[in-house]
Amino acid sequence: MERCTVKILNKLGLHARPAMSFAEKASEYTAKISVRRVDSEDVVDGKSIMQMLMLAGTMGTKLELTAEGDDAAEALEALKSLVNDKFDEDE
Amino acid sequence: MKLREIVIEDAIIPSLKADKREDAVREMIQALVEAEAISTEQQDEFTKAVMSRERKGSTGFGNGVAVPHVKSPKIEKITVAVGISKEGIEFNALDKQPVYSLFLLLSPEDRPEEHLDAMEAIFGNLSQDQFRKFLRQAESVEEVLTLLEEADNSQIR
Repeated sequence: MERCTVKILNKLGLHARPAMSFAEKASEYTAKISVRRVDSEDVVDGKSIMQMLMLAGTMGTKLELTAEGDDAAEALEALKSLVNDKFDEDE
Repeated sequence: MKLREIVIEDAIIPSLKADKREDAVREMIQALVEAEAISTEQQDEFTKAVMSRERKGSTGFGNGVAVPHVKSPKIEKITVAVGISKEGIEFNALDKQPVYSLFLLLSPEDRPEEHLDAMEAIFGNLSQDQFRKFLRQAESVEEVLTLLEEADNSQIR
C-alpha cells in the first residue's frame, strides 16, 4: 500500500472538471485509490467523480491519497502531479 | 449546506417534458424565471452559459443523474432547480445512459467555496442509491420537498 498527502493549489478547488480529471486518471490504474481530507475520517473512492465532489476540497485543502495494488506507486505519482499542476487550470 | 436552503421550491419540476439535454436545461431555467429567482432578461444568457459548460464535458456523471451548472457574477446566492424525468433524457452522460434526476446549479462567481459546498450537498445525496431511487419516483413538488428535508436531516457531517 502506498500513501501520500497533497494540497489543492488551484483557486477554484476540486470542482467538477478537476474531480473528473482526477477520477479519469485514477481509473487508468488497476490499484484501488482512496481519498480522504486530512481533517476528516470519511474516505471516498478516487475513481468516482461524484464521490470526489463530496470532498468539497477548496484551495488549501489537504488530501491523503492511498493506493493499493500492483501499480499503486505509479498511480500515486501521476495523481500527485495532477494535483500539483493545479489540474491544468491557470490559477 | 442544506438542500432545502438552496433549492428553489417553485423551480422543482416533478415531470420534465424535455427529452434532450438542451431542452431540459431550458425548461429548468424557465422554471427559475417563473419562480422569480432570476430575471426574464437573464434566461437566454444562463441557458447559453450552462450549455457552453456542458459542451466542454457533460455533467451527466452517471447513475442517471446530471448537475448542469455555471458560475456567474450575476448570481448573488446559490440557486438550484430540480427536475425529474420519468422517460429519461439523452444527456450525453459519461456512462451513456439516460438521465432521470437533474440539479441545475447557478453559483456566485467569486465564492468558489460556496459552489463546492453546494456540490457536496448535492452529491452527498445523489451518490446514495436510496435517495436517487426516491427522487426518481417522486410524483409531486411536495414529495420532492419531503425527500430533500429527510436528506438534510439524515446527513451526518
